Amino acid sequence: MTARRIALTVNGARHEAETPVRQHLADFLRGTLGLTGTHLGCEHGVCGACTVLLDGRAVRACLILAVQAEGRSVTTVEGLAPDNGPLHPLQAAFCANHGLQCGFCTPGMLTTLAEFLKDSPDPTEEEVRVAISGNLCRCTGYDSIVAATMEAARALREARA
Amino acid sequence: MKPAPFRYHAPRTEAEALSLLAELAPEEGRVIAGGQSLVPAMALRVARPSHLVDINNVAGFDRLAVEDGWLRVGPLVRHAALGEGAVPGPLGRLLEVVRGQIAHLPIRTRGTVCGSLANADPASEWCLLAATLGARFHVRSLRGERVIEADAFFGGFMTTALAPDEILVELRLPVLSDAAHTGFHEFSRRAGDFAQAAALAVLELREGVIAAPRLGLGAVEDRPRRLLEAEALLAGRAPSEALFREAATTARAGLVPVDEDPYRLDLAETVIRRALSAAAGMPAP
Repeated sequence: MTARRIALTVNGARHEAETPVRQHLADFLRGTLGLTGTHLGCEHGVCGACTVLLDGRAVRACLILAVQAEGRSVTTVEGLAPDNGPLHPLQAAFCANHGLQCGFCTPGMLTTLAEFLKDSPDPTEEEVRVAISGNLCRCTGYDSIVAATMEAARALREARA
Repeated sequence: MKPAPFRYHAPRTEAEALSLLAELAPEEGRVIAGGQSLVPAMALRVARPSHLVDINNVAGFDRLAVEDGWLRVGPLVRHAALGEGAVPGPLGRLLEVVRGQIAHLPIRTRGTVCGSLANADPASEWCLLAATLGARFHVRSLRGERVIEADAFFGGFMTTALAPDEILVELRLPVLSDAAHTGFHEFSRRAGDFAQAAALAVLELREGVIAAPRLGLGAVEDRPRRLLEAEALLAGRAPSEALFREAATTARAGLVPVDEDPYRLDLAETVIRRALSAAAGMPAP
């Protein structure tokens, strides 16, 4: 009972692996599955770098045990765009607007914003700032991240129209 | 991997969960629901449970319904689910406002309402709401079910009337009348931070005067509570900035804050005045 075998879907692919029960989902994704796009900053739910989508909802991967993802579907930053395909509109807009510098916070920003733009396709800048208030960036600055998000929102709306 | 070792149990039924907890509570076994407070506490090793009873797979624990004048909230209802979609009218609108103050979006999708209540952080928004509205707490163990009233549930800093083998199986919030006006104001330094002071006011206005006032304060004392002396002063009087200032001064005199910082008492007065003004439809002082 201190380790368990779990099965879950990550970025559309089925995975089965053993995990210590005290291992959180972010360490499982990084260490066990080798998906190092999910970053770990504070490991107590404050910095937002480890945010992933669990059944489509943004959650902190450091605040969920890997065993709790049994049978669930996880999307990490690696799963936002298809392999060798075009970038997700958010990723493209981050590139075009200097939305990242060191890139540490970026995976959490992207996953949080991917869910946010699904619920709020036409947000105000203020709403974007509130949406990423749980994601700490210490280098790029939020202005360019907000500008990138507004551009991605426009692109997603146009793609849908 | 930062938490101390523990054994993990994932029951699928309430009966199984209660029986596991009865067996494991004497050995430092604990319930985990959303885990948004417990997992960080374990990562910092402030909490070191020997067993976790994970209730996330318990059938029926995500129930959320309005029945007989109560909003009934099961143990797996996440913060994000409690809003106008759960109950129409003044209560739904109030829940929507309060929910927006709880941490950040990725915490609200996972953390649970009942978990916050059982955790009983004095700065918790749901604890303030439950104390102010007069919520009822339905708790169950193998020994049976009991109902705890809001004024008996919170016992102090992160302390409740729950016994170690009991699960909070339902929170009941009274549905507010359509005539109810509500005002909530919280002060924190950054969006999503713990409140440094928060106040909730619920009142009706009948022929220009305040009726049935309820006023609660959180994050200042070791537990949230109603401010009964201020409520008595408000009843039957016409809302005005001067009256709300008087109510805040009266409330302040009776407070026992968690720290010696006089700033916190100033904040308490301010959030009380702002919550009352919002409820009365007046501009924020």
